[in-house]
Amino acid sequence: MSALEARQVHVRFGDRVVLEEMNFSVAPGELHGIMGPNGAGKTTFFNVLTGRVRPSRGHVLVDGKDVTGLPPHRIAALGVARSFQIMTLFDEFSALENVALARPAFRAQALHGHRAAIGDPEADAAARLVLDEVGLGSKAHVLARDLSYGERRALEIAVALAQEPRVLCLDEPTSGLGSDGIARIAEMVRRLKGRLAIVAIEHDMEFLFGLADRISVVHWGQVIAHGRPDELKANPWVRRSNLGRFG
Amino acid sequence: MQTPAHAGRLITPVMVGVALLLLTVPLWIAKVGLYQYIGVEILIWAIYALGFNLLLGTAGLPSFGHGAFFGIGAYAFGLTQFHVAANLWVCLLGGILAASLAGALVAGFVARRRGIYFAFLTIAFGQVFWFIAMKARDVTGGEDGLLPIARLPADFGIVSFDLTGNTALYFFVLALFLVTVVALWRLTYSPFGRVLSAIRQSELRAAHLGYQVVLFKMLAFIVSAAFAGLAGSLFAMAQGGAFPEVMALHYSGYIVMMVLVGGGMVSFWGPVIGVVVFLLARDLLGAVTLTWMLWFGLLFVAVILFKPEGIAGVFQDLRRRFSRQPQAPAQPAARSTS
Repeated sequence: MSALEARQVHVRFGDRVVLEEMNFSVAPGELHGIMGPNGAGKTTFFNVLTGRVRPSRGHVLVDGKDVTGLPPHRIAALGVARSFQIMTLFDEFSALENVALARPAFRAQALHGHRAAIGDPEADAAARLVLDEVGLGSKAHVLARDLSYGERRALEIAVALAQEPRVLCLDEPTSGLGSDGIARIAEMVRRLKGRLAIVAIEHDMEFLFGLADRISVVHWGQVIAHGRPDELKANPWVRRSNLGRFG
Repeated sequence: MQTPAHAGRLITPVMVGVALLLLTVPLWIAKVGLYQYIGVEILIWAIYALGFNLLLGTAGLPSFGHGAFFGIGAYAFGLTQFHVAANLWVCLLGGILAASLAGALVAGFVARRRGIYFAFLTIAFGQVFWFIAMKARDVTGGEDGLLPIARLPADFGIVSFDLTGNTALYFFVLALFLVTVVALWRLTYSPFGRVLSAIRQSELRAAHLGYQVVLFKMLAFIVSAAFAGLAGSLFAMAQGGAFPEVMALHYSGYIVMMVLVGGGMVSFWGPVIGVVVFLLARDLLGAVTLTWMLWFGLLFVAVILFKPEGIAGVFQDLRRRFSRQPQAPAQPAARSTS
């Protein structure tokens, strides 16, 4: 059974069709890449998968269960986490607080108003573990807004990871990074691979073709090509289309 | 608002300092040319402002109709006294409950709105409640107010304190102010408060982390209205009546001004500072000029233009500067020897 699946998802805003017909699935432990030109509908597709946009037609399934139209907080609670292309962090909170707030254990007690949120050594240790995983262990107490761009990119992923998701959706995780930064994120994703299902929208071809088990090429609101990286490299359509360089 | 030191504590050193200072106020307030009643008024408005700041400073929701809940608390305190029981605790509970219920009603409508739409809706609801208070003469007394509301004794079973004197009332309100401070400090830095702050910083992210944003906003609104109701109840007791004036739009504006001037956006204590400055300015400037509001308005404009973080923001800057000073001279010395 797929961890996350989209069936014939169609989205229109007014008379503008953004997604024509998206079919997609990611298996547990698989890394599924999504590539395509700007405006192809990739981020809208993520918004459908994570509940931010309700599809006009079609279905979204988490572990085989139909979740179409559920709000973001419900989908998140089912174990689908996402990062954002445009960084969406709690800037006034430290890196540790950002991660701590994302943990399911914190969420379970979020309506508690009588207890301090700070100073629980067990929760702190769990949050630190996540920061260590993305290389931010030494920056735990730095405010998110004071981190460097690359560190903020890492924190974007750390926050999603702290949700202990079964499906991790990464929306252009290397956006705006130089080659060193991209390599660091690639290394991070490589370590995660296999532990959970990952869906990654990415423009960087080297990143995607080096890491993904399968890739879907999205154009005009639909998947125009789909397969393993080696299959896709040979695909004449992908080669001809102006989607990017293959390094 | 950054997480301060001692955020995890129930009672902080600053709280103890503030409590000790406030306990001495009745001893010297008359000697500095003020009077006991201003102390009562400041503490009541401070309760109101601290509750209001849970909404504005922590959750980032600008309510411009909060006077409604303050007023509803005042009327409910009086009405409970007249029609239910002339018992202080019952009346306070009545004021808090009525304001919470009104808060829940309004929250149901406004919690899904953001920014300017949220602000306008709160104004509209504020005006509705104000209008009811003005027109429902049989219940509220209309423009004349609901009179006379007695200063009921604080009955603890074994001992009972008479609160008719301003000094006694001051100590009673001080006790409730300190309870409010402890409760709101704890709430602000509880998991619930952290989620509210997260929602202010990025509602989008909070939702995708699994938080039901609308529910949190509604709860923040209701809690904030409840504290406004407590403050309103105490105000009715202090004034000996409940009046529609405090529900008017400009009064709802005052609480926003107090919180912003004081620095509620960057500090838990900002609202208290703002209340002190506002009410002292009203009395001290008001004694020399009828146009004191013009001068306070100019101060407000200056704060928003030059120091949007408010007076608390200035304090934070100063503290940062002083805490950095010891290390500063070391660097030039090291450079000159190299």
